[in-house]
Amino acid sequence: MTLSLTLAAGWVAPTIDYHALAPEIVLAIGLTVVLLVDLFTTERNKWLLSVLTGFSLLGAVLPVLTLMLHDNSVRSLFDGRYVVDEFSLVMKGLFLLAGYVIVLLSTSHVEEGDYWRGEYWFLLLSSLLGMMMMASARDLVSVFVALEFLSIPAYMLAAWRKRDVKSNEAGVKYFLLGVFASAVMLYGMSMLYGVANSTLLIDIGKSIDLDGAFGAVQALAIVFVVVGFAFKVSAVPFHTWAPDTYEGAPTPVTAFLSVASKAAGFTALVVMVLTAFPEGRDVWQPFIWGLSALTMTVGNLFALRQTNFVRMIAYSSVSQGGFVLMPLAVAGGPAGESALRAVVVYLLVYAATNLGMFAVILAVSRKTRSGEISSLGGLFSYAPAMGVLLTLFLASLAGIPPLGGWIGKFSAFQALLTDATPWAYVLAIIGAVNSVIAFGYYGNIMREVWMRPVPHGDTTPIVTPSSIQIALGITAVVTLLFGILPGIVLRFGEMAELLGAFGG
Amino acid sequence: MLTGQFLLLGAILFCIGVYGVIARKNAVLVLMSIELILNSVNINLLAFALRNGSADGHTFALYVIAVAAAEVGVGLAMVLLIYRNRRNIGLDELSEMHG
Repeated sequence: MTLSLTLAAGWVAPTIDYHALAPEIVLAIGLTVVLLVDLFTTERNKWLLSVLTGFSLLGAVLPVLTLMLHDNSVRSLFDGRYVVDEFSLVMKGLFLLAGYVIVLLSTSHVEEGDYWRGEYWFLLLSSLLGMMMMASARDLVSVFVALEFLSIPAYMLAAWRKRDVKSNEAGVKYFLLGVFASAVMLYGMSMLYGVANSTLLIDIGKSIDLDGAFGAVQALAIVFVVVGFAFKVSAVPFHTWAPDTYEGAPTPVTAFLSVASKAAGFTALVVMVLTAFPEGRDVWQPFIWGLSALTMTVGNLFALRQTNFVRMIAYSSVSQGGFVLMPLAVAGGPAGESALRAVVVYLLVYAATNLGMFAVILAVSRKTRSGEISSLGGLFSYAPAMGVLLTLFLASLAGIPPLGGWIGKFSAFQALLTDATPWAYVLAIIGAVNSVIAFGYYGNIMREVWMRPVPHGDTTPIVTPSSIQIALGITAVVTLLFGILPGIVLRFGEMAELLGAFGG
Repeated sequence: MLTGQFLLLGAILFCIGVYGVIARKNAVLVLMSIELILNSVNINLLAFALRNGSADGHTFALYVIAVAAAEVGVGLAMVLLIYRNRRNIGLDELSEMHG
């Protein structure tokens, strides 16, 4: 007690670099405005909210850009507890743009349902603000607070359709497993703090010594923390919530969870293993290796037997998560930097492709009102543009050149081959086999789209709202661009220097 | 000091909590078990703060308490939703979707 009082007496206000915090500040202002405007507008004017949400996201992109262009120096705030480095800027850009596409996808969906519109936009922005903080958090407390900040609104979004039993179930499953995972992770964090006597990730990195007196405690703590994030990125065997939540939640929310929320989980995982646990690599490398192999295989095998489209995408995104974990399994070794690059590249490409996929699903299901794969029969014959776009996104997910997906898979395999250990080669082979299995279910949908007859002969054209058309345009262009000019996305990957990793 | 005993208490609470989450089928009881885990974390943090003589653990514990309150708020709201729609909060009967 005396100690805390002396600390309090010597306290001086930290100098705050407002430029570095500008994206978060813009977003925080944006979400407050959305909440207030929701309070004072009538039902007829609620459309304003989606516009405001979109503008605050784009407004927050501007400071991210100026920070990227300004200079290369790393901005470290609050004694290194909050760091704005290139890695965090690239991830923030990803979250904001993914968030913007999700706003485009949600607009028509939200306007047409008689649900709680203001709350929807507010929760979406809150969760995105949590993700932005996650990208910069370099302290156990800020990592924990950011994780809960992004998760709690996401739980509510999943259960957003209050009177729909499926949506309730989606929310409760996501909530209980998510909270359980973060509680287990906190227990690990408390042990890390206990041994290191600091909550700064860099100090924890210095304190980790697996052969030391507290080696066993630290090993256990590392496993607990990785398990906590494995839930967030729905890695097998911690994926059980994902298919039910993805199917039950409103479709734009599913897009949000499977892209933005997953990318945030990976961001945190990358920061933790590379800045806090580099000395603990003998524990987390084999653990992530196992998670990655299991996630790819189990996700794929379950995806093969799905008849519901959204559920199949859920399992496909589980298995895609395994591919992102793949380079992380060698991130502690000599291939560390190329592993970090591979994770960033994969996340960027995956975000564009998967969001595009959801845009097609949303557009098509407006007509078919069904989530079954068979409802896509003959899509090309009556909606050629949708058919072509769906094929494009599926091919990108499967990793066929010259689409974005292949460059993601390419850099993941490259990281494994750079590591050049037998275990890395084995994982590369498992990954290659799984890429082939994935063709099975992606191809199945393509066959439905191109060759099968139209169900009930209903060939009325699909009316796509302009917001979804814009979203389709953005994602398709980005997916193609990343594949044809991989230099762009690789440059983002190379830019992504992470402060505190690799002795930097 | 008593750090060892506090850590043991934390570990026991953690185990009871994990058992409760896995074994219980009632949503409210699962929520209570999660609270047990969070409190074991708080005991751990405070014991370590005492041993290390630093204030970081106290700060961390305050954050954990605040966030746990938010979590329980959302959790109980969801349980209430389920109860309104189904008149039942058994988790094993929540199986609208599977496969």
